[in-house]
Amino acid sequence: MFKKFLLIVAALMMSISSSFAVDFSGKTVTWMIPFGAGGGSDKWARYYAPMLSKALPGNPTVVVQNCPGGNGTKCSNQFAQLKNGDGLTILGDSGSTKIPFLLDDKRVQYNPSKWPVVLSSPTGGAAYVSTTTGYKSFADFKKLQGKKVKYGSQGATSLDLIPLIAFDMLGLQVEAIMGYKGRGPARVAFERGEMTLDYQTSSAYLKSSVPLIKEGKATALFSWGVLDDNGNIVRDPTFPDLPSFAEYYEKVHGKRPKGPAWSAWKTFFASGFGGQKMVFLPEGTSPEIVKVYSDAFAKIVASDEFKKTAEKQLGKYSQATGKAAVVAQKEAFTIDAKSKEWIKSHLAKKYAVKF
Amino acid sequence: MFDSLISAFVLIFSGAHFLYLLLGVVMGIFIGILPGLGGIVGFSILMPFIYGMDPVSALAMLIGLIAVIPTSDTFTSVLMGIPGSSASQATVLDGFQLAKQGQAARALSAAFSASLFGGLFGACALTLIVVIAKPIILFFGSSELFMLGILGISMVGVLSGDSFIKGFLACGVGLLLGTMGSAPATGEWRLTFGSYYLFDGLKVVTIGLAAFAVPEICDLLRKNTTITNKEEPLGKGWIQGLKDVIREKWIVLRCATIGTLVGILPGLGGSVVDWIAYGHVVQTAKDKSNFGKGDIRGVIAPESANNAKEGGGLVPTILFGIPGSGSMAVFLGGLTLLGIEPGPALIEEDLQFTYVMVWSLAVANVIGAGLCFAMSSKVAKITTIPYGILAPFMIMIICFAAFQVTRSVFDLYTLIVLGAFCTLMKSYNWPRPALLIGFVLSDTLETYLYQAVQIYDWNFLTRPSVISIFAITLLSVFLGMRTKKEKTYDQQANIKDLFKLNVETVFLGIIYLFFAITVYDSFTHNFLGGVFPGGISVVMFATMTYTLFFNKKWLSKALNSNYSLEDTKDMFFAFSWIMLLVGLVSLFGFIIAIIILFFAIMKNKTNLSLTKISVITFSAVVFMLILSHFMTLDFPGGLLQELVTLPWPLN
Repeated sequence: MFKKFLLIVAALMMSISSSFAVDFSGKTVTWMIPFGAGGGSDKWARYYAPMLSKALPGNPTVVVQNCPGGNGTKCSNQFAQLKNGDGLTILGDSGSTKIPFLLDDKRVQYNPSKWPVVLSSPTGGAAYVSTTTGYKSFADFKKLQGKKVKYGSQGATSLDLIPLIAFDMLGLQVEAIMGYKGRGPARVAFERGEMTLDYQTSSAYLKSSVPLIKEGKATALFSWGVLDDNGNIVRDPTFPDLPSFAEYYEKVHGKRPKGPAWSAWKTFFASGFGGQKMVFLPEGTSPEIVKVYSDAFAKIVASDEFKKTAEKQLGKYSQATGKAAVVAQKEAFTIDAKSKEWIKSHLAKKYAVKF
Repeated sequence: MFDSLISAFVLIFSGAHFLYLLLGVVMGIFIGILPGLGGIVGFSILMPFIYGMDPVSALAMLIGLIAVIPTSDTFTSVLMGIPGSSASQATVLDGFQLAKQGQAARALSAAFSASLFGGLFGACALTLIVVIAKPIILFFGSSELFMLGILGISMVGVLSGDSFIKGFLACGVGLLLGTMGSAPATGEWRLTFGSYYLFDGLKVVTIGLAAFAVPEICDLLRKNTTITNKEEPLGKGWIQGLKDVIREKWIVLRCATIGTLVGILPGLGGSVVDWIAYGHVVQTAKDKSNFGKGDIRGVIAPESANNAKEGGGLVPTILFGIPGSGSMAVFLGGLTLLGIEPGPALIEEDLQFTYVMVWSLAVANVIGAGLCFAMSSKVAKITTIPYGILAPFMIMIICFAAFQVTRSVFDLYTLIVLGAFCTLMKSYNWPRPALLIGFVLSDTLETYLYQAVQIYDWNFLTRPSVISIFAITLLSVFLGMRTKKEKTYDQQANIKDLFKLNVETVFLGIIYLFFAITVYDSFTHNFLGGVFPGGISVVMFATMTYTLFFNKKWLSKALNSNYSLEDTKDMFFAFSWIMLLVGLVSLFGFIIAIIILFFAIMKNKTNLSLTKISVITFSAVVFMLILSHFMTLDFPGGLLQELVTLPWPLN
């Protein structure tokens, strides 16, 4: 009896002491990535993984585990089943898993706004049109509005929803041609002259679209912009000379953007770009463990190793940790009923999406 | 250009680069041999090590891996009748027949030399074309790619064996199976029957295993002998195979060109290349009588094409950053991990990296073919092992391979359903290649048709390039028809025969019902989401109605097997072994299930002592464990694992 009592006391002591000092020595942290190897999210996680291993107490092995399927929903559903996490499983999500959640996709059995967030990585992109449309500078915008433009898209319920809605909000007459398997093939169709409107994510834009602009085949329109620490959309540091979408909207309509369309777009922008990739711990993880991770990512972002390599791997985007990550999470998942209604009816009307 | 070509050559032989290349080649050979695993799995295993590696070593390793998969996958295709990877499905058709006739050595030797040539051809093409390829890729827009898809579909004509009507309907089934999952135009989910598993559609690996491996395993289990009962002196086979390739040098050259072109054009996908090459060689052959029964040309054609494809496939990957196949997509990810951004700069500034890839491709092909030659006299002995011992291994391997598709137990159920269907197809002489071609081209056809119509309206059909490809299609169909003979039947079938309740009429009923369901399903979608499967299923349903009820001649061709009830029963018993494994897996998990299966089959089909059976079973389990450990692949778990926590490896 006494022995058992001692054991319980010892176990209690251990659990208390472990909550005081989380230590992962000798353990393995599994970083779930709901997409295949070699994709954007995979690359991002593999860049962070060795630094995370160094920054966590006890230097656990960090393993990136790909579990693709259902456009990322399958793995996220599995992650949602984990309760009271021990800090040994984390999830790296992407815009492609957030959008189905926001649109109430029936495959989704997870709610990422409930998961503790410890890192939020933004990304960006910029849109441009073909010079065959006659658009050479903003002065030609009225001309562009009067024309039909063709845009190669991956689908109206994918990340492409953000550019599609943005073009609609500017009053452009966009004919979206679906079924492109990525932004790359759509850009090739643009080069071929089949498309007249396109956008690329930052690194592809710099590598492949800027040459088109230099050759005089295309004219830049705007970048999407980035979220600042307070959740406002400001210019993208990658493209300091390009207006953000918010600025461009103001130039076109002569007033600051607002209303359900804008607030819906902003939420989707925050999920798809402003906070595209986030690192989550399972729901119910103790605040101590969350803090350990939060501190670890803050330490990584401040390290010299990170500063030396980050621009090449992640672009010129500042990585949100701690409170800023929580702000980004809030921006990405808060949508009021009216905005949601607006976006659903717009997608149903214009792109024949069924809900 | 010449300087960087030479300096790249020196570079891969210096320092550790060559060792990494060798490592890639050895892994590639292993992954190629294992069915169902291809470049995607291989790259995924290497990806964690890539980050931070020296770019030249890493490139050599990655290219070394992908270059030899289409060489070594021939082992499985020829010796076991299981496609070693999805790029060598067509090799099974004649390769396995040759193995059954005791000519495994000849088939392997021909395949390896054809692969070697194809690989080197692809590397040369990459060297020369990559500098000028941009206009070629830009020339092929959605309208042209759609027409190329039609050219591919036209191969069904020559691949449908002795009855065109069966080939036509089988192709229809393939096309419709290919439309499962989300629609390219609207993202709607089609033919999912409410199952989330089907939302992602079916994968070519599952279809390939179901179409070729499952029926062959059943057939061999039923006969319960060895794969071949004749053993030819190996040395003779080797020389014969080499002679075959030299004799058919023009086929090798033509098919290597086809392979390179299919690789260069992003959007046709890697798994169609072997079928196009195979279809091409059948179409152009004067004497077609032996295809599917062990014609060496049927091995040479796909093998020279699938190795050449990799060189071609690197062109759009390097130039535009658009991958031509699934494995190229992963390779692209690897490039960015190394800090190499694909794009025109890789040609203009960093040409050296491109040439490192060229040389790695060429050197890996030489080493890969050499190693395969060296191994094969040992490996070819597999065909002389009694099937009672071999069968449990093969059932274990195909289930393991099918499970890697999405790592869900539903992968196994899908394998069972499709496997049963394809076993019936084999029994009643329905051409399985036609189904495969329809499946692999379905998405291509729908997507590009939709895009072409959106961009150019129906006027796209009058584009000169489209008309030219269509003319080639007509020409190749004409060439194929010229020498093809349809079987004629003395006995005419009657509508009454349809109402005799036997397995064949039930089989026809299943196909008929499938078309009917697809017609119904298509009408529940938006116009753009439903029009493609709707159009095809209506045509198929109408054709089948006409065949069954209005045209006795066609009916005789559709209902013509002499497959006896006894044979059907035997096939069913053989098939039930595979069902047994899947059932056991769902209950007890993979490891326990294979132990039971090994004992059950060997006890039943062989006279081995219990000790010997135990030893064989033990080695199989150890093999699986090593495999899963080094490749970080999972095993399916069952009900038992959900209820109680078991220790490794039973968990």
